Amino acid sequence: MHVKPQEFISIIGPSGSGKSTLMNMIGCLDVPTAGDYFIDGVSVEHLSENELANLRNAKIGFIFQGFNLLSKLTALENVELPLIYQGMNPSRRKELAMEALERVGLKDRMKHTPKELSGGQQQRVAIARALSSRPPLILADEPTGNLDSRSGIEVMKMLQEIHQEGKTIVLITHDTDVARQAQRVVRIADGKITSDTTDTEGVVCE
Amino acid sequence: MSVLMSFRMAIQSILSSKIRSLLTMLGIIIGVAAVIVLVNLVTAAQLQMRTQLESMGTNLISVSIRRGGWGSTRSVSVSEVQEIADSNPDLIEYITPTVSSTVTVKYGANNLTTSLLGVNEHYETINNHAAGSGRFLTATDVENRSSVVVIGEYIKQELFGGQDPLGQEIKLNNEVFTVIGVLEKKSTNVTSGSDDDKLIIPYSRATRLIRNANITSFSVQAVSADVMEDATEAIENFLYKKFKSDNFYSVFNQAEMISSIDEALGVMTLLMAGIAGISLVVGGIGIMNIMLVTVTERTREIGIRKAIGAKTGAILIQFLIESAVISCIGGLIGIVVGVGGSAVICVAMEMSPVPFANQSTVIIGSFAFSALIGIFFGLYPARKAAKLNPIEALRFE
Repeated sequence: MHVKPQEFISIIGPSGSGKSTLMNMIGCLDVPTAGDYFIDGVSVEHLSENELANLRNAKIGFIFQGFNLLSKLTALENVELPLIYQGMNPSRRKELAMEALERVGLKDRMKHTPKELSGGQQQRVAIARALSSRPPLILADEPTGNLDSRSGIEVMKMLQEIHQEGKTIVLITHDTDVARQAQRVVRIADGKITSDTTDTEGVVCE
Repeated sequence: MSVLMSFRMAIQSILSSKIRSLLTMLGIIIGVAAVIVLVNLVTAAQLQMRTQLESMGTNLISVSIRRGGWGSTRSVSVSEVQEIADSNPDLIEYITPTVSSTVTVKYGANNLTTSLLGVNEHYETINNHAAGSGRFLTATDVENRSSVVVIGEYIKQELFGGQDPLGQEIKLNNEVFTVIGVLEKKSTNVTSGSDDDKLIIPYSRATRLIRNANITSFSVQAVSADVMEDATEAIENFLYKKFKSDNFYSVFNQAEMISSIDEALGVMTLLMAGIAGISLVVGGIGIMNIMLVTVTERTREIGIRKAIGAKTGAILIQFLIESAVISCIGGLIGIVVGVGGSAVICVAMEMSPVPFANQSTVIIGSFAFSALIGIFFGLYPARKAAKLNPIEALRFE
């Protein structure tokens, strides 16, 4: 399987199909036991734990189903987190984080902690966090799974916009309605790719 | 990951669960406070003993001849005492025979029983107890066996109340003496039996008053602190020659006494600090315990941080700083409690508190020790956090 730069691809499959394992590999959280995975031309096979961490930090922006924000930090601090681990100086860090928060329309909520935000807002903070370090790849794992349908639509719209701006997006879901919003849909079952369809119109029929 | 940020997060997480943090710190607080209190109390006791000894006079050597059985006349003569001084002019500054007894003193209707001291004019220098008003004994008084008396503050208060005692006549064992001076007040509480409860008359007069011409003790002031040992030896040699045995006299050397007290208390200080140090170690184990719980509770947070790009070292340092900050804050609270507590106890025990400058060693030492403990016992939990697998940590509920 090859994901081209600036592609919007969704990976769909029922639970237990190997989606999560695939996501962990794409996200450089895990290395494949057999076969190889290249990200931006770099093989992950022989990378140490710390090299993988650097790779995740530089290349991938994570968006999780459960938001996974740090509850004790403010929205701004959460967005700053990837930049902190890059060792960026505080003023530049803050600047980039504000920019990302502005991008998702939550600049006025930057002093709020996740508990003070709605689910949709939390997910938007998470999107801002994924964008802040300007990675080429956004990896979204069931981003709408914990949201009501309106917030879900909003988040999907945002992903579409980010894609328009030139990011590569890999979306993992079990929801066909969500999946078909991508250009390319990859179906997997029992650890194998069963179909791989690309639609230039961006609409995939069931 | 900036260290400053780690500090901020550490303080944030400590503040977010105040009671738990306080309980975690308690071991360190008690340990540091105990070390400081114990060391301070021993130091205060030491200072008090030193000042007491030094108030008796500087470079003081006291000699007493042990009495034999009943009717024994073992003693030295005044001329022998003088001979010791004269033959060692480079060692001995002053010497005075001391004749002591108990007498009844009477003024008008007031009377009391107190200790009588017969000495010469050098006593005020040797024992550092001069007359505060009036005058002390003179060589002439001693030579003429004058019936003059210098009284202590306690006697003055008891016999004369507010009246001026100078020039008044009092009766010692029914013999009339003229009060020529009042000794400087020496003790904080002027009571019976204190340093201020004494009468001083010429020793020549005292031997008559108590009808015993034997001199059984004398006090010596050495020329300087450096020759204390030589002076002590010279006196011992003289007495050994006279009595042919070293069982018949004892020579008390003030410097030796002070240094042996210092030594004994120094050992005690170390022992106390060691025992209190054990509670610091126990406090460290408490920190480790809570940090392990914290790491488990925050598994998901660790997973998120790792997914976002935190390296192993960043997580390690974060948790290490947290445990170090906990124990350092505990150490600071312990210092406040310890310094305050020891001051209160010193006041309650009527000792003068240890000056703050003298406490710097124990304060810095116990603080550094508590910081070290925080790092040492934080290491294991921090390593555990750093080694977590990000996938499993993210899945942790």
